[in-house]
Amino acid sequence: MSLRVGVVQFPGTNCELDVIWAIEQLGADAELCWHADATVNGVDAVVVPGGFAHGDYLRTGALARFSPVMAAVGEFAAAGGPVVGICNGFQVLTEAQLLPGALQKNAGLKFLCETVELRVETTTTALTNACEIGARLRIPINHFEGNYVCDPATLDALRADDRVVVRYVDNPNGSLDDIAGICNAGRNVVGLMPHPERASDPLLGSSDGLALLQSLLAAARVTA
Amino acid sequence: MTAFAARVDISHRPGIADPAGATVERALPALGYTNVNQVHIGKVISLVVDAADANAARAQVEEMCEKLLANPVIESYEVSVAELEPAP
Repeated sequence: MSLRVGVVQFPGTNCELDVIWAIEQLGADAELCWHADATVNGVDAVVVPGGFAHGDYLRTGALARFSPVMAAVGEFAAAGGPVVGICNGFQVLTEAQLLPGALQKNAGLKFLCETVELRVETTTTALTNACEIGARLRIPINHFEGNYVCDPATLDALRADDRVVVRYVDNPNGSLDDIAGICNAGRNVVGLMPHPERASDPLLGSSDGLALLQSLLAAARVTA
Repeated sequence: MTAFAARVDISHRPGIADPAGATVERALPALGYTNVNQVHIGKVISLVVDAADANAARAQVEEMCEKLLANPVIESYEVSVAELEPAP
């Protein structure tokens, strides 16, 4: 049996097919999990992809939290299942309180769509277990609200527990402590603003995202 | 039950960047307003709540703020409540 990755689709999600394509390139199966269904269909890993879930009305990710599928994602995460939120998916996971902090508007008030360099800070997470600490990855960002913020106590805890997963080498959006991605205390839930699926083939300009997606599949294999 | 008009003023918490407000603040001097500072751009949400009294209406709207209307990590809020004048 090959691994099955569930890719959550809200109204307004727009990166779900890219994620499915990238996962399939790595030999795993991927399927959509519609937001109104209160289940993740027994998959081995979950990706909450980018886009504008529920139009990003009120705040980015704020309404997605109430979609029935998010209760199932929460239970899957609580049971140790690997969950990755990419871009808008990261925003959804913070609003759902599966990850701490919030994403506010970019410091320069510009929508940013460019390839950035990331530094892998820890390899004991569902998204980086196939990487090396200090590895530099070139991966695109594509966001307006990617400026990570949290209170000082949360930042202290993230640092002390080695929960900053990836940092920007050259901070593009004002994120606190150059944070591009973090994980939960269990290290199975990871959120990041850059899009690994958009760096999954040399034709796309970079295939550095594959190491991250391979890590996710490795984590899925452990819990499958 | 009485109808109460509630207004929720949402603003950035202290220390949270307000790039939109900062941009407007930088633009105002171009119009000659050189004496302006602390420009802030927030949100207003207005709603009508049927409740037994003003305190009950306020308590319910504050609960909505905690659960959905504001994100306590980055936003603070103020709720004001006033009884709606009955239609003539």
